[in-house]
Amino acid sequence: MIKMTLDMFLQHLTNGISLGSLYALIAIGYTMVYGILRLINFAHGDIFMMATYFTFFGVLFGGKWYVVFPITIILTALLGMLVEISAYRNLRDAPKISILISAIGASFLIENLAIVIFGGRPKAFPTIPLFTSVVHIRNISIQRLTFIIPVVTVILLLSLLYLINKTKTGMAMRAVSKDHETARLMGINVDRTISITFGIGSALAAVGGIMWGLKFPQIQPLMGVMPGLKCFIAAVIGGIGSISGAVIGGFILGIGEIMLIALLPSLTGYRDAFAFILLIAILLLKPTGIMGEKISEKV
Amino acid sequence: MKKRDYYLTAISLILLIGFIFYADNNMDAYMVRILNLCAIYTILGLSMNLINGFTGLFSLGHAGFMSVGAYVTAILTLSVNAKVQNFFLKPIAAPLSNVVWPFFPALLLGGALTALVGFLIGAPALRLKGDYLAIATLGFAEIIRVIFTNTQTITNGALGLKGIPAYTNLWWSFGIAIFTIVTMILLINSSYGRAFKAIREDEIAAESMGIDLFKHKVLSFTIGAFFAGIGGGLLGNLLGTIDPLMFRFTLTFNILLIIVLGGIGSITGTVISAFVVTIAQEALRFLDQSINLGFVVIPGVAGMRMVVFSILLMLVVLFYRHGLMGTNEFSWDKFLNVISMKKPLLKGGRK
Repeated sequence: MIKMTLDMFLQHLTNGISLGSLYALIAIGYTMVYGILRLINFAHGDIFMMATYFTFFGVLFGGKWYVVFPITIILTALLGMLVEISAYRNLRDAPKISILISAIGASFLIENLAIVIFGGRPKAFPTIPLFTSVVHIRNISIQRLTFIIPVVTVILLLSLLYLINKTKTGMAMRAVSKDHETARLMGINVDRTISITFGIGSALAAVGGIMWGLKFPQIQPLMGVMPGLKCFIAAVIGGIGSISGAVIGGFILGIGEIMLIALLPSLTGYRDAFAFILLIAILLLKPTGIMGEKISEKV
Repeated sequence: MKKRDYYLTAISLILLIGFIFYADNNMDAYMVRILNLCAIYTILGLSMNLINGFTGLFSLGHAGFMSVGAYVTAILTLSVNAKVQNFFLKPIAAPLSNVVWPFFPALLLGGALTALVGFLIGAPALRLKGDYLAIATLGFAEIIRVIFTNTQTITNGALGLKGIPAYTNLWWSFGIAIFTIVTMILLINSSYGRAFKAIREDEIAAESMGIDLFKHKVLSFTIGAFFAGIGGGLLGNLLGTIDPLMFRFTLTFNILLIIVLGGIGSITGTVISAFVVTIAQEALRFLDQSINLGFVVIPGVAGMRMVVFSILLMLVVLFYRHGLMGTNEFSWDKFLNVISMKKPLLKGGRK
């Protein structure tokens, strides 16, 4: 165990919070899709990866960040909807295993298309001084981004909660997540609602992707795999289907990961295993997660 | 089984042995390697099909099982000299440095240890269902990979192992593949196999018929892990080098592709599709190279093959869910009927 000053602790904590916020943003997409379709959207991590490439090329072709970011978000949302329509829509009534295989297929397709189109070599994500410049507080030097990320996450979370709980679209989403058939009988366009859910989830992943690229400025076609798996784990920890649960899970995972490395540097190599160990522990102790509801099985 | 079927089976086995003998002596190294891979993928596909197809447990941990088998076999068969050369960063842990086993016991131990790992993973993880199980097994496979990357003195970490003796030949791979097929057929048609299928169809109904869910699930998982370990060991000693990056999720994806194309829950389908997919993977290599159409040259893009395979997987799942064989199996009756173009008898024996 190393001795840690307060400054160091604060530095690690802010890092943990900003990483946790990123995880939370991506985890929301998983939890929304799971809530509505009971499906692990394996392609979500790859949609996140595509967002970083959209931004990369936007900036490469001379776009200003305030133009490129919204376009990226829209394109990514459309990509998410496209994945839903092509890979999942036909399989609504299929056995669960088929849908899962289709999801894995979609994920591999996006990854390999990205390798073919963009090349397998890592690219350097553009730096935008407004976000990436470093500020000094006491003895700590921190990127501005570290503060921006949690703020953006909280704003997005609040607007999402408003959307889901107060608007008609949100009501439709909640209805579809309870029961497709009944929702259809009540005059809800189920397919459209599911598309919107994918769009919103992917848009959040796009925001996460942009900020991920700014924070870890190296992008490559397989970069979405690990964050994707970890964020799914965050969603499970929080209780899958619950949006505030996904955020809590994201923070637990992000802060836990950073603190593990900070406190026990000898375990740095096991960083990626930490999330999975946490997942298995939570699945065995409380499979429904922190905020999840207990689902009883009907025979 | 009819007497005729025994003869036919015996004849085809003799033909197969003749073919292996011919291939072993006359074919070039590249062809032999592909045939070896076909047999190894048959073993791996069958072991995954036992867990996913016959017992209905959607497990994605196969790459992890294979890595255990591959590493155990490789470490035990590496010569003392090769070990010194491999472990130049840190020397290999003491008792392993002088151990050199013959191939078969090493392979068996690899399989047995993988089965043990499968049991240890299965016992907690199999309390989960559906996609939770999928993600937990995927997680375990990743954990195994991360551990192997970090245990420098046992697995040589990220550097991997090189110069593994090439013990795997056609006799080993096809022999073990046939042994696996026979074991699977016997297992599936035993009372255990019927219990597996009952669990696949409906867990609650199976439980109320008195089937011990947990026992059978763990059994299926452990047997599947055993054969995955054997397959991994054969693969390591065929390729000659292994490293942790080899055992990523992509490897599990390849095996998943095989069982989905062949039909989830069909031994015959898995065998056919293991051969088709493995040969196709080699045959489609031209996609990764540049194509010269005479008037225009399409530049080669690495990764095009995997795009084709992912699209193939999605098309099969979306439009042809049962795969090649569904849950049907090969039988001489059907085969002869197809060959002689005879229509099968209708219900009640009418023509």
